[in-house]
Amino acid sequence: MPEQPAIEATGLEKAYGEVRVLRGVDLQVARGSVFSLLGPNGAGKTTTVRILTTLLPADAGRALVAGYDVREQRSLVRRSISLTGQDTAIDELQTGEENLRMMGRLCRLPRRRAAARATELLDQFDLTESGSRRVGTYSGGMRRRLDLAASLIVRPEVLFLDEPTTGLDPRSRQQVWEVVTDLTRSGVTIFLTTQYLEEADRLADQIAVVDGGRIVAQGTAAQLKQQVAGHRLDLVAADRRAFDALTGHLGARVVAPVPERLTFSVATDGTANHVRAVLDEIDPARRAVARFTVHSATLDDVFLALTGHTTTQQEKETAGV
Amino acid sequence: MSDTALRPTSLLGDASVMLGRSVRLSVRNMDALFTALFLPVMLMLLFVYLFGGAINTGTEYVTYVVPGVLILCAGFGSSLTAVGVSQDMNGGIMDRFRSMDIKGASVLTGHVISSMARNLLSTVLVLAVAFLIGFRPEANPLQVLGAIGILLLFVLAFSWISAAIGVVSRSVEAANGFGFFVLFLPYPSSAFVPIETMPTWIHGFAEHQPMTPVIETMRALLLDQPLGNSAWLALAWCGGLLVAGVLAATFAYRRRVS
Repeated sequence: MPEQPAIEATGLEKAYGEVRVLRGVDLQVARGSVFSLLGPNGAGKTTTVRILTTLLPADAGRALVAGYDVREQRSLVRRSISLTGQDTAIDELQTGEENLRMMGRLCRLPRRRAAARATELLDQFDLTESGSRRVGTYSGGMRRRLDLAASLIVRPEVLFLDEPTTGLDPRSRQQVWEVVTDLTRSGVTIFLTTQYLEEADRLADQIAVVDGGRIVAQGTAAQLKQQVAGHRLDLVAADRRAFDALTGHLGARVVAPVPERLTFSVATDGTANHVRAVLDEIDPARRAVARFTVHSATLDDVFLALTGHTTTQQEKETAGV
Repeated sequence: MSDTALRPTSLLGDASVMLGRSVRLSVRNMDALFTALFLPVMLMLLFVYLFGGAINTGTEYVTYVVPGVLILCAGFGSSLTAVGVSQDMNGGIMDRFRSMDIKGASVLTGHVISSMARNLLSTVLVLAVAFLIGFRPEANPLQVLGAIGILLLFVLAFSWISAAIGVVSRSVEAANGFGFFVLFLPYPSSAFVPIETMPTWIHGFAEHQPMTPVIETMRALLLDQPLGNSAWLALAWCGGLLVAGVLAATFAYRRRVS
C-alpha cells in the first residue's frame, strides 16, 4: 500500500454569499515535502488554508490532513498541525519568552518543560537576546520568527504557513526561508502559500498555481517552467498600427500585450532558428517589429501564461477574500 | 465530531494558562488599567466634594455614595472584558488558539476571571480611599464579605455579558462603546441620589434595573440596615444575567468561529 499523503483534498468549494472563493480545489501533498500554493491575493489561498486547518468548513468537498478528516475529526487534525497565519498570532504586551511558554503550556507541556522549550526555540530562532523584551518592541522580521517558533513548540506533522514573508524586508525574508529549509530536513510536511514566485521556486518541491478559486497548474518549478516553452521572446512594435497587426496575427499566442508601450511576448524554445522563424512569420516585411529580446522563462511567465495576468495585477480589487 | 482523546484536553488547565495571559495583558495595558483603577476614585471624590454638599440623603453623603461608586467601578471594570475579548477575536491569535485544539471557552474564561481579579483590586482601592475621606461602615466582617461577594457576583455576570459583546463586536472600538453604556447605567438607579428625588417617569426603570438591588444590598450590609428583599432580587438578577451572559458568549463564540 502506498504511503498516505499528508494532505489530500478533493473538490473543495467555498462561497461567501455570491462570491465563489473556491470552485473545486483538488490537492495532494506527499509526506515530508514542501508544497506551495501560489497565487495572487483573492485567489483563494487563505480560504484553502483555513479549510485545511479546520478553521472554516467547506461548502463541498472533502479533505484529509495527516490522515484525519478536517470536518469529522477536527481535534485529531488540530493535534497534528501547526498554523502560522497571515496575521501575527502573538501578544505584543508579553515578552517573546512569555509568549512561547504560554504556547508550550497550551500544548500541554508541563511547566518546566514549557520553559525549557521556550529557551531552546529562542536560541534556534536567534531571539535569545530579545526573549525578555516585549514583542511590541520587535521588528517585523523578529515577530515573524517568533510567530514561527510559536508554531513549532511541538513538532507538527504538517506545518501551514500562510504568506510567511508578505510585508517583510529582503533580509527577514531570507531568514524565514532559511528556517523553512531547515525544517524540511527534519521531515515536517510544509504547506506554504505565497504570492511570490521566487519563494515558491526556492522552497517548494511541488507548486500549485491557484487563480480565481481553481488550481490552474500543478507540478515542480521546472515542469511549470517548461509549460511556457522554456524561453520568452519579448517584442517591441514599431508603432501602434504595427502592434495591432502583430498581436492580431498571433492571436492566442500573444503573452502580456501592453498597447501603451507597444510590447508583447511570445513563447519560444530559445533557438536561433525558432526566433528567426517567428519573426519571419509575423513580420515578413521586416518593418513592424522594432526590437526584440530573448530570455529564459521565470515562474512569472508561467503565471502569466496560465492565468493571463501577473501575480500583482489584480491584487487590490480582490484583496481581503 | 469524534473526539478520541490522545492527550487529555482540560478546560481548567487551558483556562488557568489563559488567566495568566489575561492578567499579564491587563497589568501591562497601563492606560486601561489606570483608567479602570482611578476613574472610580476620581468620580467618588467628585461626587462627595463637588455634588455631595447639595445632595441630602439623610446620612453622610460619602456613606450613601460608596456602594454606588463601587457598582460604577465594577460595571466599567467588567465592560473592559469586551475590549480584551474583541482584541483577540479580531486579531490573528484566535486562529492559532483554535488550530491548537484548545477549548474555545477557555479564552473567554481567562478574560472573565482576570476581570474579577482586576475588579477586586479596584474595589479595595475605592474602599481604601473612601475610608480616608470619612466612610465608616458599621458592618461586621461577615457583612463586609457579603457585600464584596454580591459585588463580585455582579462583576462575574457583567463580565460574561461583556465577553459576549466582545465576541460579536467587529472592532475593538465597538466593544469599547459598551463601556460607555455601562458607565451611564448607574445614574438612573439609587447609586448617587435616592430614586424618590428623580422624576416619576424614570422611577420604573431606576427601581427595577439590576444595579439598584445590588446597590441596596451592599448599602444594607455595609451600614447594618435591614436587607428587605433586595438581597434576593440582587441574587436573582446576577444569577439570571450570569446564565444569560455565559450562554450568549459561548453561543456567539461558536457562531463566530465556525
